[in-house]
Amino acid sequence: MAVYTDVLCPFCGCICDDIVVEVGEDGKITKVKGACAIGRSKIMGHDRMESPAIREDGELRDCSYDEAIKRAAEILADARRPLLYGWSSTVCETDRAGVELAVEIGAIIDNTASVCHGPSILAIQDVGLPSCTLGQIRNRADIVIYWGSNPVFAHPNHMKRYSYLSKGRFTPGGKKDRKMVVVDVRETKSAKLADLFVKVRPGGDFLVFSALRAILRGHEDVVPDEVAGVEKKDLLSLAEMIKNANFIITFFGMGVTHSGARHNNIANAIEFTRAAHLHTKATIMPMRGHYNVNGFNQVCTWLLGYPFSIDLSQGYPWYNPGETGAVDVLVHGECDAALIISSDPASHFPADAVRHLARIPVIQIDPYPNPTTEFADVVIPSAICGVEAEGSVYRMDSVPLRVRKIVDSKFMADEEIIRRILEEVRAIKEKEGE
Amino acid sequence: MGGVRVILISGRTLEQGTNLENKLSDEYMNATAVCELSERELEKLGLKGDGTERVRVRTSAGEIVVAAKKGEGYPEGVAFIPMGPWANAVVNGNTKGSGMPFFKGIEAEIEPTDDEIPSIYDLMRRYKE
Ligand code: SF4
Repeated sequence: MAVYTDVLCPFCGCICDDIVVEVGEDGKITKVKGACAIGRSKIMGHDRMESPAIREDGELRDCSYDEAIKRAAEILADARRPLLYGWSSTVCETDRAGVELAVEIGAIIDNTASVCHGPSILAIQDVGLPSCTLGQIRNRADIVIYWGSNPVFAHPNHMKRYSYLSKGRFTPGGKKDRKMVVVDVRETKSAKLADLFVKVRPGGDFLVFSALRAILRGHEDVVPDEVAGVEKKDLLSLAEMIKNANFIITFFGMGVTHSGARHNNIANAIEFTRAAHLHTKATIMPMRGHYNVNGFNQVCTWLLGYPFSIDLSQGYPWYNPGETGAVDVLVHGECDAALIISSDPASHFPADAVRHLARIPVIQIDPYPNPTTEFADVVIPSAICGVEAEGSVYRMDSVPLRVRKIVDSKFMADEEIIRRILEEVRAIKEKEGE
Repeated sequence: MGGVRVILISGRTLEQGTNLENKLSDEYMNATAVCELSERELEKLGLKGDGTERVRVRTSAGEIVVAAKKGEGYPEGVAFIPMGPWANAVVNGNTKGSGMPFFKGIEAEIEPTDDEIPSIYDLMRRYKE
């Protein structure tokens, strides 16, 4: 039996790096220690897609990697407006190859940020982001605010490892040295653990941020007695807590990006952080979901100048989420083929978008079957990054880390699959050019 | 029996996350084909909310049948479906130029029903039609 320590968990944006994995004689993982339930289930693995396959007469027929890759390349080379989507549960090296493929075929390339923290990115482009690393939070933060975020469910080890429950240099007492505030529309499990729970009316976050900004900037007289279901006295006591703190972090989640004013919500959250800066040190960070959703945004920004939802059909990068986002091009019926990698739009996109996806040729690259497989025309199983393949990833605080290969696998790695599709596409184009 | 009007939100749960890469399983369906409602709403609908009864959720985007369950900590007039294919069956694809669909804050009507919950395969088949 082999024991691997300090393994990184390839599931959520926390990328916990203190996991212990035991591997049996047969090369199979037998035990995972230190990960949360979600991370453990990911690392342990389960029902995989066993073979590459191509759909014929409505049924998936097993085939070789060569055949599946060739068919995928034909579909993409034929398409006039292909969409390349997913890219968040794979490593940066795959994303880089994906960008090359997108440039080659003039595709729209987008990642899951467009249905997650896309609005956060838009806001950050507008007003910047006074942020920090998770290490700083662990060592310094004495007020931890989770706003529209339910870490107990979505990032289960986040509190223990980086925030409220962790012990750091200036917070040796752990939660005794900190206060946790949860702002949400419902009393979540996380809210139950908080020292202060602020219940906001659905869609009312923007107003609450505005009210807090006003109070922190000394204009409490303009704040009415009640703001989006929150009493003024509660806002005043929260502002007082903030003023007296040494280091504040606001983690925000999809409760803020998915509702009401979306990117304006986030811009206002960042302005609230700035207002808190008049009194003390304040920082803010998006709770990124997939472990490398941030990495794709980083890779695209270096290579194309924009973080997501990029249209390369004109021969240069064009960025206009709302026009070039994956959901938009599907709902508008624009794209005529899609490559989906490490993602499941059939489950996570609205019905109208899924309906179009079901109509067009779909190539799926994933370790696991999922609802998208139900209408994929080419299925290419892949190795699990961080367990069976290594690579670079970016944690939610934009710290780059390297996930490891722990066990061998018969499956091809994502990067190789994309590179081989790219080679095939180039070969087809060359032939056509002759 | 009459229905109730609610604001619908979708989001993550632990069970949804644990089965995220196991979406064709019964566990995933049990975890995500549910609508959590406050006690007040359940009362109005005449339901117990023990997970054995079903409701039809209708929005401008479509309708879906899911199990009804009592949720804790919900204010009156707010209902929750874990993110996933059942929730998205009633999410509108119009992003209003923002690129991001409205996954939360959806106006919905909920009524009790005896109809079956569609399986993941049924759901996907519907899209293919
Ligand atoms: S919190 Fe996230 S990164 Fe950490 S073990 Fe759980 S799933 Fe993995």
